[in-house]
Amino acid sequence: MDEMTKKQLKKTATMIRKGIITAVASAGSGHPGGSLSLADILTYLYFKEMNVDPQNPKDPDRDRFVLSKGHCSPGLYSTLAHRGFFPVEDLKGFRQADSYLEGHPNMEMVPGVDMSTGSLGQGISAAVGMALAGKLDKKNYRVYAALGDGELEEGQVWEAAMAAVHYKLDNLTAFVDYNGLQIDGNISDVMNPEPIADKFAAFGWNVISINAHDFDEIEKAVEAAKACKDKPTVIVAHSVKGKGVSYMENQAQWHGSAPKKEQAEQALKELDEYLSGLENN
Amino acid sequence: MSEKIATRVAYGQALAEIGHDENIVVLDADLSGSTKTSEFKKKYPERHFNIGIAEANMMAIAAGLASCGKTVFASTFAMFAAGRAFDQVRNSIGYPHLNVKIGATHAGITVGEDGASHQAIEDIALMRSIPGMTVVSPADAVSTNALVKQAAKMVGPVYLRFGRMDVPVIYSADTKFELGKGITIKDGKDVAIVANGFMVSQAIQAAEMLAKEGISARVIDIHTIKPIDAEIIIKAAKETGAIVTCEEHNVIGGLGSAVAEVLVKNFPVPVEMVGIEDVFGKSGKPADLIEKYGLTPDNIVEKARKVLNRK
Repeated sequence: MDEMTKKQLKKTATMIRKGIITAVASAGSGHPGGSLSLADILTYLYFKEMNVDPQNPKDPDRDRFVLSKGHCSPGLYSTLAHRGFFPVEDLKGFRQADSYLEGHPNMEMVPGVDMSTGSLGQGISAAVGMALAGKLDKKNYRVYAALGDGELEEGQVWEAAMAAVHYKLDNLTAFVDYNGLQIDGNISDVMNPEPIADKFAAFGWNVISINAHDFDEIEKAVEAAKACKDKPTVIVAHSVKGKGVSYMENQAQWHGSAPKKEQAEQALKELDEYLSGLENN
Repeated sequence: MSEKIATRVAYGQALAEIGHDENIVVLDADLSGSTKTSEFKKKYPERHFNIGIAEANMMAIAAGLASCGKTVFASTFAMFAAGRAFDQVRNSIGYPHLNVKIGATHAGITVGEDGASHQAIEDIALMRSIPGMTVVSPADAVSTNALVKQAAKMVGPVYLRFGRMDVPVIYSADTKFELGKGITIKDGKDVAIVANGFMVSQAIQAAEMLAKEGISARVIDIHTIKPIDAEIIIKAAKETGAIVTCEEHNVIGGLGSAVAEVLVKNFPVPVEMVGIEDVFGKSGKPADLIEKYGLTPDNIVEKARKVLNRK
């Protein structure tokens, strides 16, 4: 990836992170940690890879994205807003009664959301259904899904993993946002889903492990997934929960709590500083 | 009423008949021989997917397919469709109002020998409490055929309930059916028997028995429990003044409850309910279980007498 593109993606990801903080702080609740850890992947998909059109969000030929870890809606909403699906200003209404930005993604209310999710484990199955439809209709669209590492504790994920391989869904790429933390603590302490890459490999998936915050690695993995035939690809993305906000990084407590006003201001300041660092380089 | 066909068999046949529509996709969870989606598979194998013994996965896969414009029929036993996969049906199908038809077979105690673990008596209560879900429990093969075809044409989630046991064909082939519209099978002025599923044929027998006692019983088939035909129920209450509901389901949350909800809000009259009296089923021959749990014409007659005394 050329440096200009990479710099632009980094800027966009930072704007998306600012939107996450704004949304969650306005709501006084929500899930910043896993939204921030997924932000670079969302940025790459929506600003570099996916065939989507904010003017025609239901285009039958579009690429699909399913946020199986639906609680990270601030990440998805901020990405969609910055991509032009709805006004960035609307992020301030997140989780509020007069807003369409539900706590968890709602495909009927939010332009650009391809599947309603929130109950963990179900989104990946829905993504399997979309990929199956793509095969049936002989369409070239691709289906992307993002899973949490804690979400892998849901048995349904493995039912879906079996089905995706059984039906040779090479048009499906799943990301595991491997930040190592879930709401009650370390995934290895709560209910260890590891070894994650080995488990998917045993189910027959093409497995690629990357640094979730390195756009070159994300691009290489996505391209490799597109080139892989007859089986689905999982990109095990090693990430930092709360990435980009110093006091949130690697802290389980920021899985599902919102920053107070001063904390949000500090977070936005840090992100702005990172942004001006990028500008001045 | 001599011919007997299980509604699951009629379901499979209906799917095979409408399968030329290339938009239809059928999913099953390792029970296609029992749910009869195998009939569709014989003709359209490329659009029949076995998801294996993974009902939760099947329901959310159905949602994904439907989000891409498919009309999806997802089938398994009622116990697993409504019970095991409730969350998936609720969140992935119901909440986004996706176009999935849940073909739930082997409902109720007439499953027979498999016993209580496989006898869903709660499914209608569960499904009708999901906002926007249409819930259908046909009485015979003829109505099943028509209602499955209508469900395929409408856009939105539908729960279709079928039985394992062969049941009498009560409708002539030219009967008109409409989702959400009850059918007055027999007119009557003293009491109205409101039934669905195989209990409709039991209700018809009960009405004949009551006639011999000089009691004129109306028989109404409420094949669509949701949205319910309030008009036909209110009219029956006004004209007969007493209602007996009959269902192969727990008396809590099913047809009896749905009818009572209509009546208390509009025109309260005495109601008696025939159904499973809040207990689990058990193994046995369907005929023995029908006796054991009181899903009989005799019991309907008794309840009719009781409700008449309360008028």
